Amino acid sequence: MTDLQQSRTASREASDDAPAPPGRPSRRFRLGRRDESPAGRYGAGFLAKLALMAVVDAFGVYVVWSAYLAESWFILGAMVAMLVVANWVYFSRRVVPLKYVLPGLIFLFTFQIFTIGYTGWVAFTNYGDGHNSTKEDAVAALLVQNERRVEGSPAVPLTVVADGDELGFAVVQPDGTTAVGSAEEPLEAADATVTEGRVTAVDGWEVLDRAEVLARQGEVTDLRVPVSDDPAAGSVRTQDARTGYVYESTLVYDEAADTMTDTATGTVYTPNDEGQFEAADGSTLNVGWRVFVGFDNFTTAFSDSRYSGPFFQIVVWTFVFAFASVATTFLLGMFLASVFNTPMRGRKIYRTLLILPYAIPGFVAPLLWSGLLNRSFGFVNQVLLGGAAIPWLTDPWLAKLSIIGVNLWLGFPYMFLICTGALQSLPTDVLEAAKIDGAGRLRTWRSVVMPLLLVSTTPLLISSFAFNFNNFALVYMLTGGGPRFEDASVPLGHTDIMITMVYSVAGLDGNAPKDFGLASALSIVIFVIIATISAIAFKRTRSLEEIN
Amino acid sequence: MTATSTAPAVRTPSTPTRRRTAGRWFSELGWRHVVGVVFVVYAAFPIVYVLSASVAEGGTLTGSNQLFDTFSTENYARLADTVYWSWFANSVLIAVATSIGTVLMGAAAAYAFSRFRFTGRRVGLTTLLILQMFPQMLAFVAIFLLLISLGEVVPALGLNSRVALICVYLGGALGVNTFLMYGFFNTVPRELDEAAKIDGATHAQTYWTIILRLVTPILAVVALLSIIATFGEFVIARVLLQSESNWTLAVGLYSWVSSLLEANWGLFAAGAVISTIPILALFLFLQKYIVGGLTAGSVKG
Repeated sequence: MTDLQQSRTASREASDDAPAPPGRPSRRFRLGRRDESPAGRYGAGFLAKLALMAVVDAFGVYVVWSAYLAESWFILGAMVAMLVVANWVYFSRRVVPLKYVLPGLIFLFTFQIFTIGYTGWVAFTNYGDGHNSTKEDAVAALLVQNERRVEGSPAVPLTVVADGDELGFAVVQPDGTTAVGSAEEPLEAADATVTEGRVTAVDGWEVLDRAEVLARQGEVTDLRVPVSDDPAAGSVRTQDARTGYVYESTLVYDEAADTMTDTATGTVYTPNDEGQFEAADGSTLNVGWRVFVGFDNFTTAFSDSRYSGPFFQIVVWTFVFAFASVATTFLLGMFLASVFNTPMRGRKIYRTLLILPYAIPGFVAPLLWSGLLNRSFGFVNQVLLGGAAIPWLTDPWLAKLSIIGVNLWLGFPYMFLICTGALQSLPTDVLEAAKIDGAGRLRTWRSVVMPLLLVSTTPLLISSFAFNFNNFALVYMLTGGGPRFEDASVPLGHTDIMITMVYSVAGLDGNAPKDFGLASALSIVIFVIIATISAIAFKRTRSLEEIN
Repeated sequence: MTATSTAPAVRTPSTPTRRRTAGRWFSELGWRHVVGVVFVVYAAFPIVYVLSASVAEGGTLTGSNQLFDTFSTENYARLADTVYWSWFANSVLIAVATSIGTVLMGAAAAYAFSRFRFTGRRVGLTTLLILQMFPQMLAFVAIFLLLISLGEVVPALGLNSRVALICVYLGGALGVNTFLMYGFFNTVPRELDEAAKIDGATHAQTYWTIILRLVTPILAVVALLSIIATFGEFVIARVLLQSESNWTLAVGLYSWVSSLLEANWGLFAAGAVISTIPILALFLFLQKYIVGGLTAGSVKG
């Protein structure tokens, strides 16, 4: 650490004419260590680093502690590892490059590399509605969901109370004592004012009046206040907000035998391979847990009759869409770039106006066009086509055409920009040589300009392809993937591309049951496709460059 | 169409130069003006339309079809009664924070890759090149699930948190921008570093006081590209931000158009115009840099 401290004075001198750079995360870098000058320990830079690392460490310790409380062992472990690495990197003199790369690396690992890996993991599970969590949580949820009123249990006078947004019940127990509790905290004895056998005031809680209770009726009838810390003891619930009853679960979980028993019918449920409790007759309980299902999700995508048909249609359309988008935008962009590659009056104005669509935020354009192309009221039908009722966005084929058309409007300015740049940087001697050799305009274009243009733009064309392959916002905002396929059991439509299919299947917008497993499996398929395309494409690019 | 086509048409020079015949002029330059006018109309008419719709009275989709038929600032005034300005503030804050973080982390990483030789450097560069091909949004399901777990531990990093969204965007910072910067950093002569080193500067001093100043153009380009990309990002924001007041412009305006398109059209148009202004301004102002940055990236890729 000493070497760190030694270089402080020099650092401070330098920072006199160089104000401290803005932004927090990187300030810690300013501390160098190479300088062996013995002067100046504890310079401003070192103190700044120390302060920053203190903040980082404090945050880390807070996360570790919260993770411990929440029993999230994975997060705890990851955080401890990050803290150790960060402190080692910034207080050691051996790993100078890492001092510069680490902050970005941590974000990259957490939010990109880890999530890619996590996608791979989820793809092999049945994570989704009905299989949301661990088996432990599923058991707890089942016990709660199957609570019934205990036969003959006494009615307790009950008052609905609130603490901010949190609702609770205050009850007068059969033995005359008062207690209060909420969904999170079990009933606990509390001092309360009792009038006419009912709680009318209680410390720390506000009693709700009739109107307030009516306004939050749904929440009140859903609320269950556990009787004690033991989940098996049941809970207090109410239907009328005045009388509460103790409810107990009709299911009993036998931990030793790992079975659920329905006390009402006597049916015994045992866990099966799909992460559910199953009875001998094949019936299952509605809450399950996550289990590995192997390649089931992939099998569903490729061969389940409900999914495979739409899936293949969507894959084909995704390729067609991405390819058509790149081709149309590139051709138009290149055409315009070559048109304006000659000195002429007003060229600058044309260029500026032509790139306007590119300067518009990506989300405005598709939304705007969805209005312009509206069947009954849109500008295109009403004004340009004199009142026609062309279903631009609701007919399967026209919707596809519209999407490519809108993307042409959105995308040609980009291609215009890069082609303009590429044309301007063409070596003039080559063009002159072509002229001397007697090549005509067309011949020069085909044999000299085009190949050179392609060399410099191919990498961008590939990334444009990859971008359009996943052009979620355009499709989702313009058509929402619709018109829907005839088979209504899957939430997919004719203009869905793969990434919007992932979104719909995941059920994140609430239109379909959540199926994270299948959605992740589809994401993995996209990963594989993109990886293959990129690998092939970049190989060919290299060969293009070698040729020239 | 009528209203839009007249304005640019004025620019077409109508008289050929003296020494050339009209036919010759047309075959060399004139047709270029025709093409120019046609495509300027094509590029500009939706923009003219949205401007007109934003000042139309009534604010319905049907009522917006007569371009500049009526004029009122009613739609703009009505934005104040909605959550629009919160969305605007969210979008700007998130974009600026992400951009600053991206520049700081990307530049630092590019410096390390450009100036130090260490084990894993080649592997690191290759990995970044590969990662660049997989946009973060592909994994949005996993990001959603990750934030559910993170939120149980640190609520500020859970779902519906703007800070969490910024962190997620920063996760993509290295992959997308390091290469662009790396290429540019390599063009700064190493002799400068060596001179500084001989004069006793530490690597941090060299970085902050010498290199960063020489690469300012690429920093501006990356900051700008990052702002534009973040400002327009939709999927991840839509998946992560759940309460209306936390939404960004992209998510908010989508909700206006997707529900009650006909009734909200005026509001949307006004909102769209306002949200376009910052990006358009940045864009036109720094157009030159952007073009340079794009082609620089393509060559060095």
